[in-house]
Amino acid sequence: MTADIAITGLGLVTPAGIGVESSWQRILSGRSAAAKDPNLAGIPIDISCRVADFDGNELLGRKVARRLDRFVQLGLVAAREAIDDSRLDPQTWDGARVGAVIGCGMGGAATWEAQHTTLIQKGPERVSPLLIPMLIPNMVAGHIAIEFNANGPNLVTATACTSGATAIGVARDLLRTGACDVVIAGGAEAGLTPLSIAAFGQMHALSARVDDPASASRPFDADRDGFVAAEAAGILILERAEDAAARGATVRARLIGYGASADAHHITAPDPDGVGVGLAITAALDAADLTPDEVGHINAHGTSTPLNDAAEGRVINRIFGDDAPPVTSTKGVTGHSLGAAGAIEAAFGALTLERGRIPPTANLEKQDPEITLDVVSGAPRETAVDVVVSNSFGFGGQNGVLVLARA
Amino acid sequence: MSSAVYDKVKELLIDKFGVSEDEVSPEATFSDLDLDSLDLVEFALAAEEEMGVRISDEEAEQLDTLDDTVKLLEKKGATVEGAG
Repeated sequence: MTADIAITGLGLVTPAGIGVESSWQRILSGRSAAAKDPNLAGIPIDISCRVADFDGNELLGRKVARRLDRFVQLGLVAAREAIDDSRLDPQTWDGARVGAVIGCGMGGAATWEAQHTTLIQKGPERVSPLLIPMLIPNMVAGHIAIEFNANGPNLVTATACTSGATAIGVARDLLRTGACDVVIAGGAEAGLTPLSIAAFGQMHALSARVDDPASASRPFDADRDGFVAAEAAGILILERAEDAAARGATVRARLIGYGASADAHHITAPDPDGVGVGLAITAALDAADLTPDEVGHINAHGTSTPLNDAAEGRVINRIFGDDAPPVTSTKGVTGHSLGAAGAIEAAFGALTLERGRIPPTANLEKQDPEITLDVVSGAPRETAVDVVVSNSFGFGGQNGVLVLARA
Repeated sequence: MSSAVYDKVKELLIDKFGVSEDEVSPEATFSDLDLDSLDLVEFALAAEEEMGVRISDEEAEQLDTLDDTVKLLEKKGATVEGAG
């Protein structure tokens, strides 16, 4: 059985836009989506990257949307776009052969917080019976199954900020073992609540540029001071390459490798030597049967935290050498969408391969002199790219690296 | 059918449950409105909050049409603020 997996559908709901094309245009513009967030009023770090103008009631109908936490709403809208794009028909496909693997780091945080307030203010007998089905993270995959008649293996991966990449890696395995013929894979996250943002703030993980939010997310810049939290969903439709060819599907890019590892170092800080990250990159390249010099572009994890970007830069140099391929972090535009990040960035990697454009890293004004990478900035770089590596690293030291290739 | 309680039930279904106005009728069942057993518990909580009467789980399980629901609420002495 071939190792090649075809990406035959893409769906994006990101702070850069609702839909693949609007997201991609904003990503290419290099303009950050970070802004003051009225929902975070009273929290020291009151900026975020929301999906502006996302109205679940309008996009899904009030009857459906009212029973869904926002992370599921984002995921369903992205899944619908991806399935439409694949030209597969959920009404006629063999649902038993269709899986769904979605990454999510936090689940329905907003629902949990609202119902906790109800518990404290009104008592246990006023707590909603929908609380549990709205907050548990696996529900995003469950709702995708219900909505799109997908009766195959169905699960959510939780590896913090790697969750979306892990989901795509697990989906690849389900296809390679023959357990599924189609997997709806990706990530969804909507954890921009006062409690979670206050907590990220207490960790000093967030940018404190609250007076100039548009400049706050600045991966690899010398003046970076933390990430900007975001919400998003990204969904990829994956099939074995021969199946996609047999049905004449349009293949947007191929997924040719995945590697995973653990730092086994610290709960939140990256291993400064990047041993675990190096293992994941090497495993992914081995799976793709490639050497580092065959990689044309790296979509970095690049969160804009001082520690991540420095450590990631060192690992890239160690593995790819002094002439490492051009690097970008799309988090400059989108902020850090946690469990969705690995999935939306895999989609951006696929678009880079499809269109020969490497997006710029937003807000890169003065590159950190310690980071000696070719970081794309200012404008998109027009260049044919054959292979993209997409990095994701999570709290808990969980790392996932995807290798994508041109269709 | 028209009563202050019926009007309040209708308002709750439209505002909190996303039901469209033309779906609401005395004969409509919760199932007709795409509301399941979890929604019924939610409905009972909302009715308690808005009309000051508690529908027990056992009573909620027996509810079928909106007409039944309104009759039960009225029997329990439901009051609607601002209604005569």
